[in-house]
Amino acid sequence: MIDAKRRTLLKGSLGASAIGIAVSAGLLTPGTVLANWPKDAFAATETDAALNDLLGSASTETSDQVKIKAPDIAENGAVVPVTVETDVAGAKSIAIIAAGNGTPLIASFDLGADAVPFVSTRIKMAKTADVIAVVQTEGGLLSAAKPVKVTIGGCGG
Amino acid sequence: MAGNIKIRAKSSNGVTTVKALMSHEMETGLRKDKATGEPIPAHFIQEVTGKWNDQVVMTAFWSGGVSKNPYLSFKFNGGEKGESVEISWVDNQGQSESGTAEIS
Repeated sequence: MIDAKRRTLLKGSLGASAIGIAVSAGLLTPGTVLANWPKDAFAATETDAALNDLLGSASTETSDQVKIKAPDIAENGAVVPVTVETDVAGAKSIAIIAAGNGTPLIASFDLGADAVPFVSTRIKMAKTADVIAVVQTEGGLLSAAKPVKVTIGGCGG
Repeated sequence: MAGNIKIRAKSSNGVTTVKALMSHEMETGLRKDKATGEPIPAHFIQEVTGKWNDQVVMTAFWSGGVSKNPYLSFKFNGGEKGESVEISWVDNQGQSESGTAEIS
């Protein structure tokens, strides 16, 4: 546990010059306020581990029914617009993952009964990597990925 | 800090599109203060709830990986002009904010 923590910290300080990622927000923050906030999933340093913690499985099927919109090149990794939508019936939740970040899970959206499976937000990306959208349905997890080239501060990526 | 969430909700062909801008630093906890070298404590929105007529349409769980002054858009089926949409958030330090808008 201590080792794991140290590793995350190390990794964090190495990556901090780029853009911070919420490495171990759960570990470092005294007392998480919200009970249902998926702390472990957000602290996970691998995409698969994050998905396992969040959705109970990391086995996703690539689907062209999941549409992800993000720029090919993001000049500022601190603000990368991402839109995810799907026409799959019965989508329960949508997760957004930046595969190259120290803690890849960015956000998870639980969809209510009336929700249209569409979300749009802006995320931080530490480096050039895939942005992955995972849609949770009755039949399993569907995903789509979009590579985004990040050029931080114009120094090239 | 009232009015800290800007919300637009527009109904078209039976679907309401909600767009919101929140004002929050979204600090990951990894950055260091350049002057002192001290780490800046994590401070970011953890949970965002979108309601239509007091009924939850969408709940978002966020990390500090969402950009500063977050933008969020979502859609739901239904919604008439004049009905209310409410968005509220809670951050990792227990602060919260909410705002409402009428569907146009």
